Amino acid sequence: MEPRTVTKVLVGNHAVAEAIRLARVQVVAAYPITPQTVIVERIAEMVESGELKAKYIRVESEHSALAAVYGAAAAGARAFTATSSHGLLYMYEMLWWLAQSHLPLVLALVTRAIGPPWNIHTDHQDLLTVRDAPWIIAMAENVQEAFDLTLQGFKISEDKRVLLPFMVGLDGFVLSHTAEPVSMPTQETVDAWLPPREPEPWVLEPGKPFAVGNVGPDEVTMELRWLLWRAVERARTVIREVDREYEKIAGRSYGGLVERYRLSDAKYVVVTMGAWSGDAKEAVDRLRDEGVPVGLLRIRFVRPFPKEEVLEVAAGSRAILVVDRAVSMGNAGVLGIEISSVVRGRIPVKNVIAGLGGTDTGYEDFEDMIRRFVEEYESGRTDKWLEPEWYMPWFKR
Amino acid sequence: MGEDLLREALEENKLFVEKLLAKPQPGSAGPTGTWRTYRPVVNEGKCIKCGLCWLYCPEEAIEWSPGGLPKIDYRFCKGCGVCVQECPVKAIDFVYEGE
Amino acid sequence: MPVPIAKLAQVKRKGVVPGNPACMGCPHTLGLKILGKVLGDRAVLVVPAGCTSIIAGVYPRAGINMPVLHVPFASAGAVASGIAAAYDMIGRDGVVVVWSGDGGAADIGFATLSGAAIRNENILVIVSDNEAYMNTGIQASGTTSWRARTTTTPIYGKTEEKKDLALLMLLHRVPYVATASVGYPTDFAEKLENAAAIRGFRFIHLLSPCPPGWRFDADKTAHVAKLAVETGAWILWEYINGRFRISPMSRPYADPRRRKPIEEYLRLQGRFSHVKPEDVEFIKRRIEENWRLVKELEAFYRG
Ligand code: SF4
Ligand code: SF4
Repeated sequence: MEPRTVTKVLVGNHAVAEAIRLARVQVVAAYPITPQTVIVERIAEMVESGELKAKYIRVESEHSALAAVYGAAAAGARAFTATSSHGLLYMYEMLWWLAQSHLPLVLALVTRAIGPPWNIHTDHQDLLTVRDAPWIIAMAENVQEAFDLTLQGFKISEDKRVLLPFMVGLDGFVLSHTAEPVSMPTQETVDAWLPPREPEPWVLEPGKPFAVGNVGPDEVTMELRWLLWRAVERARTVIREVDREYEKIAGRSYGGLVERYRLSDAKYVVVTMGAWSGDAKEAVDRLRDEGVPVGLLRIRFVRPFPKEEVLEVAAGSRAILVVDRAVSMGNAGVLGIEISSVVRGRIPVKNVIAGLGGTDTGYEDFEDMIRRFVEEYESGRTDKWLEPEWYMPWFKR
Repeated sequence: MGEDLLREALEENKLFVEKLLAKPQPGSAGPTGTWRTYRPVVNEGKCIKCGLCWLYCPEEAIEWSPGGLPKIDYRFCKGCGVCVQECPVKAIDFVYEGE
Repeated sequence: MPVPIAKLAQVKRKGVVPGNPACMGCPHTLGLKILGKVLGDRAVLVVPAGCTSIIAGVYPRAGINMPVLHVPFASAGAVASGIAAAYDMIGRDGVVVVWSGDGGAADIGFATLSGAAIRNENILVIVSDNEAYMNTGIQASGTTSWRARTTTTPIYGKTEEKKDLALLMLLHRVPYVATASVGYPTDFAEKLENAAAIRGFRFIHLLSPCPPGWRFDADKTAHVAKLAVETGAWILWEYINGRFRISPMSRPYADPRRRKPIEEYLRLQGRFSHVKPEDVEFIKRRIEENWRLVKELEAFYRG
């Protein structure tokens, strides 16, 4: 059976809003912040015009935005919020409270640099501050994928094997404000695939007295953490399964927690995440034309982290280059650390930090990075890879 | 494998809920009657059955029905003395527990 | 009309489960008990950090016999908004109650409270105000009284005045605002009934004298709560949809001559043991000023 779809040209933010409409979200609470604002403006419009039957709560802050959707999720509704950068940081306390309550919902994060200075352009620092909490964290490469992940987010988040909040990242402006054709399954198809939310794993209702989160023995805290750990681990299976199922309703699948690009015979592997992966792929193509055996591993899910996938890639290649759009000060790029923690010295890993604050990074830049990475490996100069390289070709001290 | 994972998830979700949610039960801080230094004792001869001690007991440790005598649950009465203070006819004695 | 004791006593359900971790003479459990009598079957409680985070009991037991959702300090009004929105969407009845302390409402949670109020969310916010951060060990809050000693105002007492939360909420133009005192449980019960009958944002500022925090003996909780009213220091009133009324239990004290001397109220509380006669004069002037304001409001909002 052919998937039944509709195609529209949409900017990333509108594509996310369309996914919210199709998912029949019941409660939305949000506070505006550039570049996320357009998502919630569009949803507010959908709610007022009756296109989406939902409550839209115009909260007074991002902390309250997440608090409100937490309440909605605890009361059994399907809920959504969206934010960026400082908004996410302002939510930080609630990010943990929500996730450690084991409740499902979806948050769209339009990635943006953290100030100062004020900068509304993309990097991945905001998204990656959440990686220690029990969230399922995904990052899109293009507008289509932002739509797909948002819709899949509800399916994955509400799966009884997961029941955790889901964060979908899309690069600010590069995706949020860029129009691309988006193919969307019809409402009927979505309804059949994504039934209304069941109030799992617990629900707050009058007449059923219990206290959620009373103080107690310290061991209980640790046991609860372990149970959350188990749910995040199970999400791997669910993500792969939903990715395969989605093929049937939408005609697309991505490969699960990662996307493998020209990897089957690659000896050198570039790791990227988000929109600039498109530029990195172009660089891979160009180098392939020159005969360089390079491929690309795109991280689609930061949590759960694609450990098996990374190991599999490491087993068949000589060296890995991780190009990071976020840094853990005093150590290395965040994905660099993540990849190294899985590879554990099996093969050398080089880490480049680039594109912070939205700094333009095109395919020529990736070509340059990859070329030098291969040269350094082949001439045995991997010892200096202990430190990440800051890619700032314009910068003179 | 899919079903095993679901079964495991359902068991673990149940366990999580059991550990996150506390159920109402007397003595959530233990037998708080042991906190008492003084014991409120209703002098049934004096009591006019007004129910004010019941109304003001912050612990809900007093049972009372309109027209009846108040009955104090000493397992949990903390001995705060609010009932003693609020009784309009001084019908509740406050007796040192050591005696 | 205050709810008769006999009517309250007919409700066998206990909102507070005996043997909970509250201090002896705790005003919060006294308030929660009345809440349980009036709304126990219909309420879900959203509880930000504060004394009630502990009073709710120690796992695996709960000390409150109503659904309780513990939430971070500055989130209660928003969490409750989300629950109310979800119930509307799902079609579930219930009274969504925020049960907060003064910190969670007047200080760290004020923006959230104000946001929920101005959106006229369908929630009932009860602030059980014991006039300091008691749960962390008696630190001054926005609602601590002028000159009251706390562990962060240890020598001179608080140098700023008490934030008038109820009036601030009134000016959010919400349908229901009232003050109450744990000294008058039947009046509080009536206000809960009235509030529960209205849709939209409802606010009750409940004065909750705290024995360890205010430094009086545990048996005096209700007594001090009544004295606050009898001296005119705490005025009971109720605003419902455009009509403002001084409550019957406060009405006599509109006349300063009928008020008990404020010294009687202050003397009972260790936190005021250092106040000087000129401080007492200032407190008296402030009480009179508050009464003038409340009487003006009553005249203004005749309904
Ligand atoms: S002493 Fe306190 S706890 Fe005990 S019955 Fe009297 S009021 Fe209740
Ligand atoms: S307050 Fe006193 S008189 Fe009234 S019921 Fe209690 S013991 Fe009896």
